[in-house]
Amino acid sequence: MAENILQLENITKSFDDTGVLRGINLSVGHGEFVTLLGSSGCGKTTTLRIIAGLEVPDSGRVLLDGQDVTDIEPNKRDVNTVFQNYALFPHMTVAQNVAYSLRLKRVNKQVIEKEVNAALSLVQLEGFGKRMPSELSGGQMQRVAIARALVNKPRLLLLDEPLGALDLQLRRQMQTELKQLQKRLDIAFIYITHDQEEALNMSDRIVVMRDGRFEQIGTPAEIYDYPRTSFVAQFVGNANIIHGSVVGQKGETITESTLAVRSEHIQLAYCSEGGSAESVENGLCATITQKSIVGGMLRIVLRLQDGTELTATRLGINVEYDVGDRVSVSWDAAHAVPVDKESQDGGE
Amino acid sequence: MRGKRMGKVPIKSRSYSLWLMILPLYLFTLLLVAGPLIYMVILSFLTRADGWGIVNKFTFDNYINIFDPVYLNTFVESFRLAILCTVLIILIGYPFGYFMATLSPVWKKRMMMLLMIPFWTSSLIRLYGWIIIFRANGTLDQILMGLRLRDTPLKLLYTYPAVVVGMVYALVQFMILSVYSSAEKLDWSLLEAARDLGASSLQAFFTISLKLTLPGLLSGVILTFIPSMGLFFIADILGGNKVVLVGSLIQDQLMKAHNWPFAAALSVVLMLLTTIVIFLYKRITHTTEIEGVG
Repeated sequence: MAENILQLENITKSFDDTGVLRGINLSVGHGEFVTLLGSSGCGKTTTLRIIAGLEVPDSGRVLLDGQDVTDIEPNKRDVNTVFQNYALFPHMTVAQNVAYSLRLKRVNKQVIEKEVNAALSLVQLEGFGKRMPSELSGGQMQRVAIARALVNKPRLLLLDEPLGALDLQLRRQMQTELKQLQKRLDIAFIYITHDQEEALNMSDRIVVMRDGRFEQIGTPAEIYDYPRTSFVAQFVGNANIIHGSVVGQKGETITESTLAVRSEHIQLAYCSEGGSAESVENGLCATITQKSIVGGMLRIVLRLQDGTELTATRLGINVEYDVGDRVSVSWDAAHAVPVDKESQDGGE
Repeated sequence: MRGKRMGKVPIKSRSYSLWLMILPLYLFTLLLVAGPLIYMVILSFLTRADGWGIVNKFTFDNYINIFDPVYLNTFVESFRLAILCTVLIILIGYPFGYFMATLSPVWKKRMMMLLMIPFWTSSLIRLYGWIIIFRANGTLDQILMGLRLRDTPLKLLYTYPAVVVGMVYALVQFMILSVYSSAEKLDWSLLEAARDLGASSLQAFFTISLKLTLPGLLSGVILTFIPSMGLFFIADILGGNKVVLVGSLIQDQLMKAHNWPFAAALSVVLMLLTTIVIFLYKRITHTTEIEGVG
């Protein structure tokens, strides 16, 4: 058994001369839950399809459990996929769908029946075997797709936005169930989503993707607390990006720098009536332009003197400030994370 | 919106006007489809008059006559030819239609164009084209002999194979189009799912694609099997008088022998047989729906 269940080495892929993947490297350990997070078109589905074998990379290698499978057909890889649209076979019952891979392997009938029942009870669908996919709800179809992929007992399961089509409540419930399932079965998951909350919630490690590259790889805490680039900071948790310069005591600029400050770390205070427009003590002067309630949080949009918009969030919805109020904005130095350090032009 | 507006019209007058609109269709079908059919069935139980016309005398003789070995043999021959043609048409038309559905939209349009162009000419005229190809020292013979593949002319015209080629040529489009329309709706991600679950591309095809395009295949079979029992002019033109099909037999009885009741009885039996074949086929393939039918 190799150290990693999956290793991607320098994978590139282009469609019609458009680079979709521009050299990605990734190692996934046994039983690890890795999420590929990114907006649509960033190459995350292509990455998954290359791992599954449905797409051949232009260059680079795919190693599964230490073996080079780059040119191996999908049916000969010990990997299974839960497809975005479930891809259940419409002409087969739920049980036949789940049994499909076992029947291809010519497993004997009693064993198939046992395995199918076990897989269905794993996703809490006992007794649904005789139904047709068209008779199932979205959530049930999702479970069948998972059972069908798990019945093979793969050591790596690929999931392509599996909860994308479900409503919010069901999605939350399935997140928990999937995570528990993954821990219990000790299977490595590679999970695609564009939902940062989902990624933070479930993953052991998150890979933030952007334009065919990996922007940052880290644990949810690392990604959330120490975003390396302004893109990551904004994509994961909608941080405020503030450009500024470090100025010496004599007023000379020492360095330019970009800071990411999460909206919940933005502190507000009333501007003193006579306070000068430019500088409040240890803060910036701003006007409140908008107040709205998002997910049980109060979201306050502020405009700084130079036109930059910032967002602050507060727990609870009773905050004394009103739209049009002038306030001073500040933050704890510990909560300002410098981003885009390597390249000046890397940010937004 | 629509429901609201429709609700203002009294139900009675709405159903009345609806009836008025549908009525011509019913009349048309009744008069021109059901009518002749019923007339044909009645005709098949009547007696032929001496010379020309019919006598209104009930008889089973027309049906009993069919069991005469000469006529029975025609039925068997027709069946054999129809089955042979249908099998060939499936072998050519299915892959054609299936792969056509995998093409890019631009190429789909082009292929569709190519399929449609022959329809712009009468099928009879296209058959005469085959005469030029098949006749002794015709195009085919010249090519074969020019390539030194044969020393003597093949003389394919007026033989059984010529009829088969003509039938397949005339009917293969129907198979292609109905398979294509079925395969077009196929969700290709199902094939990827099958491959992902361990199916080779061949296994994925047989367990997923073929099963899901079966309605198209079935309607293709119906669209080709039935005509190939009855397309007498192909057998006449390309087969000379050597290949006699039920279609030709009916035509001869009607136009030459003027035995209308017997021609009617032959037609009724032909219809019953094809219905049985379709029924059996549906039972065998477990298909409940036929592309474009239901």
